[in-house]
Amino acid sequence: MTTPVNTATPTPVTAAQTAAVAVSIEDLSKSFGAVEVLKHVSFNVEPGEIFVLMGPSGSGKSVLLKHIVGLELPTSGRVLVDGRDAASAENRAQVRMALVFQAGALFNSLSVYDNLALYPREHRITNEAGIREKVMRALQILSLETAAKKFPSELSGGMKKRVAIARSLVMEPQLMLYDEPTSELDPVMGATISEIIATLKEEYHVTSIVVSHDRDLALGIADRVGILMSGKLIHLGPVAELRQPADPRIQEFLNPKIDLKNPRFKQLET
Amino acid sequence: MKSLIRIFGEIGSTLILLVRAASYLPTLPRQFGRFVEQCYLIGYTTLPIVAILSFFIGSVLALQAGYSMENFGAKQFIGTLVGLSMARELGPVMVAILLAGRVGSAMTAELASMKVYQEIDALETMNIPPARMLVMPRLAATLVMVPVLAIIADLVGWFGGAIVSKYTDLIAIDPPAYFSALRRFMTFHDVMNGLIKAEIFGFAVVLVCCNIGLNTRGGPREIGAAVTRAVVVSLILILVLDYFVTRALM
Repeated sequence: MTTPVNTATPTPVTAAQTAAVAVSIEDLSKSFGAVEVLKHVSFNVEPGEIFVLMGPSGSGKSVLLKHIVGLELPTSGRVLVDGRDAASAENRAQVRMALVFQAGALFNSLSVYDNLALYPREHRITNEAGIREKVMRALQILSLETAAKKFPSELSGGMKKRVAIARSLVMEPQLMLYDEPTSELDPVMGATISEIIATLKEEYHVTSIVVSHDRDLALGIADRVGILMSGKLIHLGPVAELRQPADPRIQEFLNPKIDLKNPRFKQLET
Repeated sequence: MKSLIRIFGEIGSTLILLVRAASYLPTLPRQFGRFVEQCYLIGYTTLPIVAILSFFIGSVLALQAGYSMENFGAKQFIGTLVGLSMARELGPVMVAILLAGRVGSAMTAELASMKVYQEIDALETMNIPPARMLVMPRLAATLVMVPVLAIIADLVGWFGGAIVSKYTDLIAIDPPAYFSALRRFMTFHDVMNGLIKAEIFGFAVVLVCCNIGLNTRGGPREIGAAVTRAVVVSLILILVLDYFVTRALM
């Protein structure tokens, strides 16, 4: 059963709260020991854009995302958010960034309500009544009002993702990052999450960077798409270019044919 | 060489964590709920096992002392021996060991689990420092509750020694005589000495356990490994610190 986004309810936030920011990745390389995970990756994301970064598992997408929020430091190159170094304390203080983790990363010891209330409470953004209003509004947007008192262990995979998005929304972010938001979900829930991401962009004008290998999500909501393979950015362009890609690697990635006569794993063996 | 570098790295990261947590001490009033919760976990839930062990350690100490001292007619000093041993050495060391096994291991497991399941990363992206929210309240609660536990350990241990001294035929010393001997050679300084030791051991244990938990990488298997390592490192640390702190306080 789908849970549509409640687009009618949110009170628009102020323009100052939603000043979307630009992201600039400049010649970024990252190695873990001898393994080079990212190799000279460069691209820009414009304010208010939905940028989808695609690529097979293990291509370095999530590591790239962690660089943007400052959880990883580059081996070489740099990542700028709104012109500031992504890992700097100044950037964390000035830019509201939210990352929706692949597994949700909800605080298991807190209820859904308290998960959402944590950020405004810790940063003393408003009083408890104001926090309640913000939290309930975010829950309402994602049709999660009935889950407020539940704990993460009582939620389904799709609900956890929506709670993670709601938690990010409470931060009134200027930059939203999503790590595989539709993985482990059924196709309908995956489409619902895609709709939520697109709606949030429309409603709040945030810059969104989505890491995914979900072709439907990319074709459905992206403004531009980058494709990362083995740590290298092999494609960067508008989503329309992906409909008929010239590069055979991209064709194979986006439209893999199931070949029972000559299966891939046997090709790998030889 | 690699192990040596790792050990120095861990000492460095523990000290950095200490400095960071200490810098958030002014936020304690608005984290009072977390502080009280940690006081409950460290103090109240550890109290029964501290009391049981202290009682029997005091009892065994009196029994062994009675057996040995009876031979040269010094059994009237059993109270002194039990009193000083419990206050200066066994009380603080036992409290610290129990803290490592019961509270420290649970803290490491909780923080390691939060790290592995990206809750710590989520805090950092929200610009909520884990040292402020997760470490500082634990350290502050340790500072408050450990001396309380150590005092209770001393009192229960002395009481255990008194009971055994009265009801063991070999010793047969009445409680007034036992406590009179205890008071005669014991000073406030001896008790304070033990409390300072307990405070240092407890603080070190909780700091090390938090640091190991926060630096866990990998999956569920690494959570178990982190807990084992936290307890082993804590036990070694308690005994090493015991020698140096005892020397320093003499």
